Amino acid sequence: MKDYLIYFAQAYPNFRRSEIESLAGLNGIKLDLSHHDESTPFLVVQLENDEQARKIMERSILGRGIYELWGDGNSLEEVHVNTKLRYGSEFDRYKQITFKFDFVGYMGSREKKNKFEVIESFAYLGFEGPIRMKNPDEVFVVLEQYEQPDREKSTTPLHIWFGRQVQLSARTENILDKYDLKKRKYIGTTSFDAELSLISCNIAQVNTGKVVYDPFAGTGSFLVAAANYGGYVVGSDIDHRSLRGKNEKCNIWANMKQYNSASQFLDVMTMDFTHNALRPDFQIDTIVCDPPYGVREGLKVCGVKDPTKAAHRENVVIDGEKAHLRRDFIHPKKPYELASLLDDLLSFAVQRLPVGGRLCFWMPTANDEFSTDFIPHHDSLDLLYNLDQEFNKWSRRLLVYSKRDHQSSHTSVEQAPAATVSKNISNFRARYFKGFSPSSK
Amino acid sequence: MKFLTTNFVKCAVKSCSASQDSFPLKYSECQLAKEESEYNPDFVCHMLERLDWDAIVKVAADLGNTSIPPQKPEGLDPIMEDDQAILRDLHSLLVETVILEGKMTCSSCGHIYHIKNSIPNFLLPPHLV
Repeated sequence: MKDYLIYFAQAYPNFRRSEIESLAGLNGIKLDLSHHDESTPFLVVQLENDEQARKIMERSILGRGIYELWGDGNSLEEVHVNTKLRYGSEFDRYKQITFKFDFVGYMGSREKKNKFEVIESFAYLGFEGPIRMKNPDEVFVVLEQYEQPDREKSTTPLHIWFGRQVQLSARTENILDKYDLKKRKYIGTTSFDAELSLISCNIAQVNTGKVVYDPFAGTGSFLVAAANYGGYVVGSDIDHRSLRGKNEKCNIWANMKQYNSASQFLDVMTMDFTHNALRPDFQIDTIVCDPPYGVREGLKVCGVKDPTKAAHRENVVIDGEKAHLRRDFIHPKKPYELASLLDDLLSFAVQRLPVGGRLCFWMPTANDEFSTDFIPHHDSLDLLYNLDQEFNKWSRRLLVYSKRDHQSSHTSVEQAPAATVSKNISNFRARYFKGFSPSSK
Repeated sequence: MKFLTTNFVKCAVKSCSASQDSFPLKYSECQLAKEESEYNPDFVCHMLERLDWDAIVKVAADLGNTSIPPQKPEGLDPIMEDDQAILRDLHSLLVETVILEGKMTCSSCGHIYHIKNSIPNFLLPPHLV
């Protein structure tokens, strides 16, 4: 095992560990991240080799890069001593390669002149190969964490790491720019943030050749993100308008083409999730979604509120054809409890996912009344992560479950009584519109 | 709606879930089109594993194609040239053949679903939910 240094982005620090752990798990890499500290973007981890490092970093959204750690210390002198001690015997291997030096500064940076002095101080490495600014064989990086007095840029780093760059992340390669909603051909009011949808798909372990289903597909935000990671995507939604889009150049299909993912796109279908038409033996590997919580879109399923009023409507005939069998029949919808929908979602996941397959969805909660009882539970699903993104008075949580192997023994998480979940969720919309004032509880 | 998708959907009515007749649906009055799309042999191979071949033969016949071999092609390898030809045919059938408009009827309960603007609609009327 060797030390590698991960440099993280300053975004969603509480999601980092789950993302990297999930990517490691997906590649069968054992990785201990229990020492992860959300307050710093630098994390030293132990890995077998560069290949493992590449695998956990290349599709990461929250990581920026990973480096083989040659040495570190609180001053350059310490770094040099440490580097000679740990990697002194390796210097020769790099004698003839092309290379360059790079700097990463967190909360501060060095002046250009000063950078040259730092590079000169590494002369003992004895690299004789030519320096190449473009596509060198190796990039050696000085990463520095500066203090931050009164938010002024500091010139003295607190800690310095020196390492060989192994892999930059998808984020560093500008994936967020590629999937930016502002540049996407088709979006709508329910389109999900590109960064978080990509992170969701990483934590869901979407991978090449796996079938990914979003039962609340809307404008297809998760389908696009899942396809980016090689998933074969299928979506459904009760609202046919969002699936259809505006025209041929502005719909889900157009988005798939925009991102060169058209060949991984299965289909989208108009469907009430609670009356699902996907055949039960069609295996779905991963479910990623943002269920409709009623804030932006009311939660509805097929049916009528008062069945007595709708009695015998199935016998209505128009132009010699039963009305409900006509192409232009408008299917009545009725409100549905979100708690029931989440129950349906968990049960569906248990029926359709393979053992170890992940269900990943978002759920909002008001901050002043959140309790872990609100998290839906199923005996055949392990809750792996409960990650929250906090807004002012409410949060949304990414809940990640994995289907349990019934052969293995398990401990069960305390079960949330359905009524609590229901109260939490049905309250959410009302409280959202009252600004989460205490009186709205 | 891709021809491929006909292999993954059945009648959405709950009382039909136990019935053998609710899959595949019966396709009629279908308007077909050929939509050129990038050939992805890995996709075809992966999907092939998940296909119910009898249903493929049946639905193809509904749509006027009775030349589908009765046995599912197995063990195809995208690297082998002979297999490439079969995979390309499958790509053309499964991925590039799309249904723009049409009806899907459940042979168990008789309910009729519509494919509209190439999107199948499985919403149910109140008396079937």
